[in-house]
Amino acid sequence: MTDCILKITHLQKSFGVLKASDDLSLDLRAGEIHAVIGPNGAGKSTLIKQICGELAPDSGSIEFLGQDVTSLDVASRARLGLGRTFQVSSLAMEYSALRNVMLAVQSVQGSSFRFFKSLAADQPLRDTAMDCLVEVGLELRADVCAAQLSHGERRQLEIAVVLALQPKAFLLDEPMAGMGAEGSKKLTDFLDKLRQRAPILMVEHDMDAVFSLADRISVLVYGKIIMTGTVDQVRSDARVREAYLGEE
Amino acid sequence: MANLTIEYKLNVFLVMLLVALPAIALILDEPFYITLATKVVILALAGVGLNLALGLGGLISFGHAAFFGIGGYVAGILASHSLNAELMFTLAEIEFQGSTNMLVIWPLALLVSALVALIIGYFSLRTKGVYFIMITLAFAQMIYYFAIAWPAYGGEDGLSIYVRNQFMGLNTLDPINFYGICFGLLMATLFLLSRLKNSHFGAALQAARQNEQRLAAVGIRPFGIKLTAFVISAMITALAGALFADLNRFVSPDMFSWHTSGEIMIFVILGGVGRLFGPVVGAGLFIVFEYYLGGLTEHWALFLGLVLLAVVLFARGGLVGLIAGEVKHD
Repeated sequence: MTDCILKITHLQKSFGVLKASDDLSLDLRAGEIHAVIGPNGAGKSTLIKQICGELAPDSGSIEFLGQDVTSLDVASRARLGLGRTFQVSSLAMEYSALRNVMLAVQSVQGSSFRFFKSLAADQPLRDTAMDCLVEVGLELRADVCAAQLSHGERRQLEIAVVLALQPKAFLLDEPMAGMGAEGSKKLTDFLDKLRQRAPILMVEHDMDAVFSLADRISVLVYGKIIMTGTVDQVRSDARVREAYLGEE
Repeated sequence: MANLTIEYKLNVFLVMLLVALPAIALILDEPFYITLATKVVILALAGVGLNLALGLGGLISFGHAAFFGIGGYVAGILASHSLNAELMFTLAEIEFQGSTNMLVIWPLALLVSALVALIIGYFSLRTKGVYFIMITLAFAQMIYYFAIAWPAYGGEDGLSIYVRNQFMGLNTLDPINFYGICFGLLMATLFLLSRLKNSHFGAALQAARQNEQRLAAVGIRPFGIKLTAFVISAMITALAGALFADLNRFVSPDMFSWHTSGEIMIFVILGGVGRLFGPVVGAGLFIVFEYYLGGLTEHWALFLGLVLLAVVLFARGGLVGLIAGEVKHD
């Protein structure tokens, strides 16, 4: 029980007749990278949205660190330690990279209702944010406005923001999307180290990354998990080939 | 402080201009200019309130007349009870008197407007974009029609304040004294707002405008941030309303009308959305147009409209943005 960080049970979510999550159960254990793969339209994004709280499931439950979070909103789940990145970067575009990270740091501190003290003069907060940028290798771009960062840099920034939240679990929505070969390689190495901090649940299209990183893989097809297993089990499973790998 | 920004210099210039205005009026032997300047300062204050919600938080409230009017009516109602020497009401055997003391009127105006803003904000902040605009407008119109239909306080005719309310023994009927009070409040509010803008809360509020999803994802609930900003914004505008009542020594339901909401919004947009001194510039220009062009033609608003159109099309940062360039976050 303590080993299980995130536990999703019997999740149901339909849009009209389309079942985006069909009796979906899945868990994330301490120290692991658990990848969810599946063809387009399998319900991966819907799953992520339900886990982070953007969408409410029709039924089923989501437990995080032993607490039922099914009815909590996005912000509450984030504060409990669910650190989420977006498939399409979602940043405060007018803010510098550093400011984006500082926002996460002030959230962790719970200082968002300070009205008088200058944020820019809060040196400890700046330093903490800067450390996170250093970790993802973005320190030289700290003062650049998020809108002017390249696609790859925005992905790095998203991860820096999540690091600042000191999450108990990472929830990564297609972290490799649009990264290019070299970027993907770097990010793969980075995620490999990241798992020591907190377990990672990721939805990903990039099979090379998934196969080199994941401890366990769940295959999602039409809202159902058709199997969960190790890399080798998934590679050799006939249903998976048919449903997914065959198409690629 | 070595390299001051153009905006900083502009702000200093504006403050000095406001300080010098009464002297200029006296030199030109046009005491009425002091009253005009007072009007600019008060309307600027109303705009400063809206600018907090609109400029920093991206909350396009088309209902700030509600708060402007509440401020005005609090001043008017308290004063009329006091001047008529009658009780306002009795609650739990405590008798509530009217008052002609600004130091009683202002806190009450702030309190009432905060409560109303809490209610309006609680419902309207659940919507976004054009729905938010419409629902804030609808709330303000409800209060407008209520004020018209409330005979106890003048209904459609409004309410006169025979003598300007009192402030710490000053002769508030003296235009320079009253100007000083309004100017002081505007400066104090601008100072607090500049602190708020650069505070932790200000950072969260401006992030809410840019990307609510991002704010929620780091664990800060956008609703609470926006509601707080909306309430503070309403309180500032209500304070301006209380002063406006004293300036005219008269309150009328017009203070609640959607024209007023529109005018407050024009101050902000003309001057520069989200710029600290934007509403000061906007209100100043508005009054200059109203007074000078209004003296030449009754269609002065047409020219104002053209200027507004030009600003919206060519200077998105308003006049302050035109002079000082785009906003830079560090």
